[in-house]
Amino acid sequence: MSADAQGHQAGLNAYEAPPPGHSSGSRLERVLRQGRFAVTAELNPPDSADPEDVFEAARPLAEVVDAINATDASGANCHMSSIGICSLLTRAGYGTIYQISCRDRNRIAIQGDALGAAAMGVRNVLCLTGDGVGVGDQPGAKPVFDLDSVSLLRALKTMRDEGVFLSGRKITRPPPLFLGAAENPCVTPVEWRPDRLKKKIEAGAEYIQTNYIFDMPQFEAFMARVRDLGLHEKVFILAGVGPLASARAARWMRSNVPGIHIPEHVIERLEKADKPGEEGKRLCVELIQQIREIKGIAGVHVMAYRREHQVSEIIMESGVLAGRRPVARRQRAAAPAKA
Amino acid sequence: MYRLRLWSVRHARGLERLYKWVEGTMVALDPLFARIGYARVERPVAVLESGVKGLLFDCEMCGQCVLSSTGMSCPMNCPKQLRNGPCGGVRPGGFCEVKPWMRCVWVDAWDGAQRMRNGAWISEVLPPVDRSLKGSSSWLRVAREKAAERRHSETKSRARRIVAKAFAGARRNEPASAPLAEEPPSAVNREAQP
Repeated sequence: MSADAQGHQAGLNAYEAPPPGHSSGSRLERVLRQGRFAVTAELNPPDSADPEDVFEAARPLAEVVDAINATDASGANCHMSSIGICSLLTRAGYGTIYQISCRDRNRIAIQGDALGAAAMGVRNVLCLTGDGVGVGDQPGAKPVFDLDSVSLLRALKTMRDEGVFLSGRKITRPPPLFLGAAENPCVTPVEWRPDRLKKKIEAGAEYIQTNYIFDMPQFEAFMARVRDLGLHEKVFILAGVGPLASARAARWMRSNVPGIHIPEHVIERLEKADKPGEEGKRLCVELIQQIREIKGIAGVHVMAYRREHQVSEIIMESGVLAGRRPVARRQRAAAPAKA
Repeated sequence: MYRLRLWSVRHARGLERLYKWVEGTMVALDPLFARIGYARVERPVAVLESGVKGLLFDCEMCGQCVLSSTGMSCPMNCPKQLRNGPCGGVRPGGFCEVKPWMRCVWVDAWDGAQRMRNGAWISEVLPPVDRSLKGSSSWLRVAREKAAERRHSETKSRARRIVAKAFAGARRNEPASAPLAEEPPSAVNREAQP
């Protein structure tokens, strides 16, 4: 057997140019371009070198999502790398989103990793600036921030569309990547967030995953402005949601995790509930149902840190899949057999 | 100085006018600079520039001044050195995620841009900082860029050309952000020089 054939048997993806009208061959991109309501979810990366831990974390999500986000040391806390997780999952047939933060790597590393990830079959990337190192588990680390999320988007777009590195050196096979970025619609300066979104789109963003939305009036105001600017026709917006465990957890998140805005009435609702965990889940389902009705929304992104077991129920109860069979699941047959 | 920096944002319109004048003067002086040699004038001008901009903007002499595109709020003062707008971690009231006692450089930038004639430049995607230009004069760089445009001369650096192409809009507004003119040796890698 040739080495090439062996590679294919092992589930490695061969280099393929994206289909017409697409930037990548990604399932997420296909679902979005077909106008279907997309679902993505965040994976809690393991503190382990065992691939089985990655598959275990992915399993409860894969049933209901089109792609799984592998965070890149979120909150500046060290975990298994996003590129490692994405490579494992992609080769096992899952749709993945490779999160790239500018905090830990300079432009040389980031561009090289983009090629490496694409060669491993990764097709979706999410370009992030990253939280400051001070909030993480190793506050003495050197913050890099050589690029920012916007120049990173333009850099990857240049690599993909022009077939060159930022050095101008030619790339023989450009990385077919579906480029994403984040937005935080409910956080200061709220009046400029839509303009910042516009800038990200101009830099190359094709889809957006937002931070947690708990403040519906604020988010609707944001979306109204987005529609006024016509941005919803240029980018797919996936609204970020997640179940809160309790009022205490919500308060802790609000004061300790950068960029989290949770209105007081949401916390009060959890405080009054007999089973705050169930109430948090119900709240999340309601939010998804409200978000789905907003014009210009293309999907939801579920961030259920340490509550991954709830993701499947939340999506099913929200009814957003509307009978659609989740795409990631069909491919699970390709995953390595598990004892 | 933090207070003066905030003053500068409040007076972004006036400073924009002053900046236009400085730029015009520097470009007009190009023949003189070229005669003396850009390599020779680099140090004295950089020292002057550092003094003036250090006072007004807490300038860090990145060598690629984009104040006219950032509401006269210097993005190098952002702990993440973001060049394209605020991060998602801005605290309520417009304070910095990393330094909670400091106003977000980008909240101020948007505020300053509102006062400026070319405030819309803030929407242009700016390229990453070329770290090899740190410590050099951005004023001289602008003069060289505008003069080079007139002379149709261009750098031999492929990297500089691709950045100028990928961030064409930024280069149009702020030529020093993606320079194409030949750099005098005294303006490059100052950090590495003894």
